[in-house]
Amino acid sequence: MTLLKSREAILALAILLLLAVVATRFPAFVAPANLARVFTDTSPLIILALGQMVVILTKCIDLSVAANLALAGMIAAMMNGAGVPLPLILLVVIALGAALGAVNGLMVWQLGIPSIVVTLGTMTIYRGTIFLLTDGKWINAHQMTDAFKAFPRAVVLGLPVMGWIAVAVIAGFAVLVNRTALGRAFYAVGGNPHAAVYTGISVGRTQCAAFVISGALAGFAGYLWVARYAVAYVDIAGGFELDVVAACVIGGIAIAGGAGSVAGCVMGALFLGIVKNALPVVGISPFWQMAISGSAILIAIAFNARRSGPQGRIILKHAEHRA
Amino acid sequence: MTQAAPPMTGRQIPDRLVSPAKRALRSWEALLLLVGVAIFVANSFASPYFLDPWNLSDASFNFTEKALIAFAMAMLIIAGEIDLSVASIIALASTVMGAAMVAGLPVPALVALGLLTGLACGAFNGLLVAGFGLPSIVVTIGTMSLFRGISYILLGDGAFTGYPEGLAWFGQGYVWWVFSFELVLFAVMAVVFGLLLHRTNFGRMVYAIGNNATAARFSGIRVDRVRFILFLLTGLTSGIAAVCLTSRLGSTRPSIATGWELEVVTMVVLGGVSILGGSGSIPGVVIAALVMGLVTFGLGLLNVPGIVMSIIIGALLIGVIALPRLWKMVRK
Amino acid sequence: MQAQSQAVPGTQAVLSLRGISKSFPGVRALNGVQLDLYPGQVTALIGENGAGKSTIVKILTGIYQPEEGSITVDGRETHFPTAQAASAAGVTAIHQETVLFDELTVAENIFIGHAPRTRLGLIDRAEMLAGAQRLLASIGADLDPKARLRDLGIASKHLVAIARALSIDARVVIMDEPTAALSHKEIHELYDLVEKLKAQGKAILFISHKFDEIFRIADRWTVFRDGQFIGTGQMADVTEAALVQMMVGRAVDQIYPKRPARIGRPVLTVSGYGHPTEFEDIGFTLHQGEILGFYGLVGAGRSEVMQALFGITRPSKGACRVGDEIRVIRTTAQAVEAGIVYVPEDRGKQGAVKGLPIFQNVTLPSLARTSRAGFLRLAEEFKLAREYTQRLDLRAASLDQDVGLLSGGNQQKVVIAKWLATKPRVIILDEPTKGIDIGSKAAVHDFMSELAAEGLAVIMVSSEIPEVLGMSDRVIVMREGRIAAEFAGAAMTPENLVRAAVGITGEAA
Repeated sequence: MTLLKSREAILALAILLLLAVVATRFPAFVAPANLARVFTDTSPLIILALGQMVVILTKCIDLSVAANLALAGMIAAMMNGAGVPLPLILLVVIALGAALGAVNGLMVWQLGIPSIVVTLGTMTIYRGTIFLLTDGKWINAHQMTDAFKAFPRAVVLGLPVMGWIAVAVIAGFAVLVNRTALGRAFYAVGGNPHAAVYTGISVGRTQCAAFVISGALAGFAGYLWVARYAVAYVDIAGGFELDVVAACVIGGIAIAGGAGSVAGCVMGALFLGIVKNALPVVGISPFWQMAISGSAILIAIAFNARRSGPQGRIILKHAEHRA
Repeated sequence: MTQAAPPMTGRQIPDRLVSPAKRALRSWEALLLLVGVAIFVANSFASPYFLDPWNLSDASFNFTEKALIAFAMAMLIIAGEIDLSVASIIALASTVMGAAMVAGLPVPALVALGLLTGLACGAFNGLLVAGFGLPSIVVTIGTMSLFRGISYILLGDGAFTGYPEGLAWFGQGYVWWVFSFELVLFAVMAVVFGLLLHRTNFGRMVYAIGNNATAARFSGIRVDRVRFILFLLTGLTSGIAAVCLTSRLGSTRPSIATGWELEVVTMVVLGGVSILGGSGSIPGVVIAALVMGLVTFGLGLLNVPGIVMSIIIGALLIGVIALPRLWKMVRK
Repeated sequence: MQAQSQAVPGTQAVLSLRGISKSFPGVRALNGVQLDLYPGQVTALIGENGAGKSTIVKILTGIYQPEEGSITVDGRETHFPTAQAASAAGVTAIHQETVLFDELTVAENIFIGHAPRTRLGLIDRAEMLAGAQRLLASIGADLDPKARLRDLGIASKHLVAIARALSIDARVVIMDEPTAALSHKEIHELYDLVEKLKAQGKAILFISHKFDEIFRIADRWTVFRDGQFIGTGQMADVTEAALVQMMVGRAVDQIYPKRPARIGRPVLTVSGYGHPTEFEDIGFTLHQGEILGFYGLVGAGRSEVMQALFGITRPSKGACRVGDEIRVIRTTAQAVEAGIVYVPEDRGKQGAVKGLPIFQNVTLPSLARTSRAGFLRLAEEFKLAREYTQRLDLRAASLDQDVGLLSGGNQQKVVIAKWLATKPRVIILDEPTKGIDIGSKAAVHDFMSELAAEGLAVIMVSSEIPEVLGMSDRVIVMREGRIAAEFAGAAMTPENLVRAAVGITGEAA
């Protein structure tokens, strides 16, 4: 029965229900090939949501991920235009993303500035930098090499490379968060920052590490985005940071820090991805998407709050059995 | 109730050690004011068009509507909450106004509906946060999508245009000489909110809740009621801003005011309000609004594109907060 | 008093501090203090609030750095620049509040910061669980290492903290008021644990205000006062009176100066108060000039009843009458209006609003009176604050000083001043002297008597039998959410109280 009560199980149920509802209108939606497509389409969101998850675990928030993604993506496209080989491009975007994340992390760690303020600032700075680099010009599909564009879409064993990358990131995070000292430190720092100091964990350094990870993933996702959509300009992924946070919230990552799981996070992202892909197919105008995801967030929060339980203590003996 | 006169046994403690005037001089607001004056002076040298009264007046439009919301947002953040849905409330309120316009309702009804929509959205936020105890940052991220999402459902990728003449005065009209209605409204609201936060019981309760909501509750303060009212205020001011903005633009699109919530928060934090709650002032927000307006205006005169302006605002935000801390670090 | 440092002859101190000083803005927390901890011995650190005990603990655990002085471990001089360094040197601490992580498992909590690794650098789960099992067994703790800490009670959390201390092979275990939130049974289990740790050769620094505890388990004593080292020696060679004298610097004769008061008309009558999960069938009468003690074990439901009376929580049934009228109390504002006020147990979280100045704290529930038409009048506020802070002999630099800068005892005074300013009829004090040293305790008790003498009705929730018996006119004992018994006059004996609280009809604890 504890399985049924687990947050993740209920989320999984909700997703299955959603798929079932869609399937009644459009059975082809739940065909494996289509589900793979939906999963791949949602990959950038999954990847960024996992990065955001470790940030939120440490009681911070990273609103600059979308800007980070856009800047890294543009630089990837520019390097491609200059003939830089793809493996090098990948290394550079990851390093760049990590550096942009480190800027956030260092300001939180060394200067003690609340993360919401830091990332509000870097969000506009990073995105504005794209304009400075390109003067507002776009890089279009015909300016990108075939190899650049084809890599994320290359199908291996039924799933495009981008999908496999998401799978790898999910696996990596499962190990990171559950089996490494740093991963457990994320939970410790978010759960009880005062206590963490006593156990020798540096709160600031752990938070900085979270930002670096989030940034590196955003950088990498920048390449994926730009290659997949075959276009790069200032406004790509505009507002995406809020989708990322939404995915975490729906996935049960507590905004107060210290609680949440990889499975939940992935399912939160999948939920939003399914909604986005299902709407046109079911005949609901895509203009409903925003309102639906907004409602999903509110329902998820209300649900999570109820499960944290009522605050009162149970003192009366007979009340214990009822509870 | 029989209480004897309390015996005066204890020592006399002075009321204050540092006079309020001296404290004001050393404050964040004073620093910001200095920065503002510096920017003003720099701007007047940078461009010949800067000191023209009509140009300055035109420039005020780029901050007045956001500042209205910033006043209410400042109070909300001081109380320890946040409302990221304000820009979406503008969109929804404007959409409702447009629908009413299409239905042929007169201007007063349009204005009333804009304000009421703002209030209703604020009440919805307030109910979820104060009534059900849900964390405001994620609730308002949710309602941010929900409110604007409703606008998209109602309007799709179309627009409402053709607002009646009578509406134009709010966003485009002048009260006297260069002083637009919006500028006067800004000044009036600054005074109203300044009094509310700094001179009333309600304002005192806001500070108490922001510093320690539990102790405030244990002191007899109706914490949930105060929180609810604060969300009503951010909703209402968003509604007012919606009326002004719709009137100024003369049209409504679901994408109206995109990104404004973050600009409002920037204005509030730049004004010295701690994002963690418990401290800040309205004069600080006023100065921050003027500073942001000056920067935007000055850069506009130099033909700097909007997106580069936002780099400077972002850098300004981080810089103004980081510098005092860097200074302290270097000193050690 | 001369410093006596006769340890057990031949034993070298594991940890020695000499000449340690530490200052903060405006206050010299420690002034050249010394401390010695010996293996297999419990040293009690005794001192009033503000004596410097928590500062020395923070220095020992590497959180603070001393400005002067030396730390010697096993005869070699060393220092602890970080918490990690202190931990590595074998110093660990157990605090009142848990310093553990609710979302992690018992095993993870024990090993956080030093978990066993596999060759790949990942945490070795199996090894960790086995290690946790071993450590828990060694202290007789019957806990599932895979259980999430969140699901355990506070006594179990202490056990996990102790297991953690053993896991880092601690040589020095600091226990800071560890029995504060424990039940009688759990306290005895803790004493057994301390004996086990002693047998393993650990040096234990035990900080407590409870003399019976100190005399029960400590071997040595050290007294600090106002940041200075006053003396040290063997417990066997000292008396409680001597310790108190050293702590306070003067003789304290009357700890419980209950003055006789005229008990007047009933001012509060509660009947049938109930709550779905916290308490049931609560009814009592309180009179003017009376001090009504509420005794019970930790978790008996006393604070819950008081908080319901004060409007923090809502009772599901019951009525209460204040004076002559029936009152419905569903919010704190209504309670205050009815003349009932509550001074909470948790000063820090529930009492004072840190960040606001003293005078604003004092006027917070009284704003309706000091303001006009909703607008603040600072002159009136200062007047009110002056009156009541003077009456309570508050020690502060100025009334517009941040209340967070005051000592715990003075913060308590601000909280009491705030409520007295509302001119209440009933004042409920929840563990008013908890965590307060003996000197200030007497002052609080004195003050309570004064309030009763002036005609106020006082309810005192307390878990200390001497205090309850010394101060109350009547005592109500609660157990598991119900009223177990009521005693007055000659029936107010420790045995009766404990029997009713524990619910057995046999030997008292």
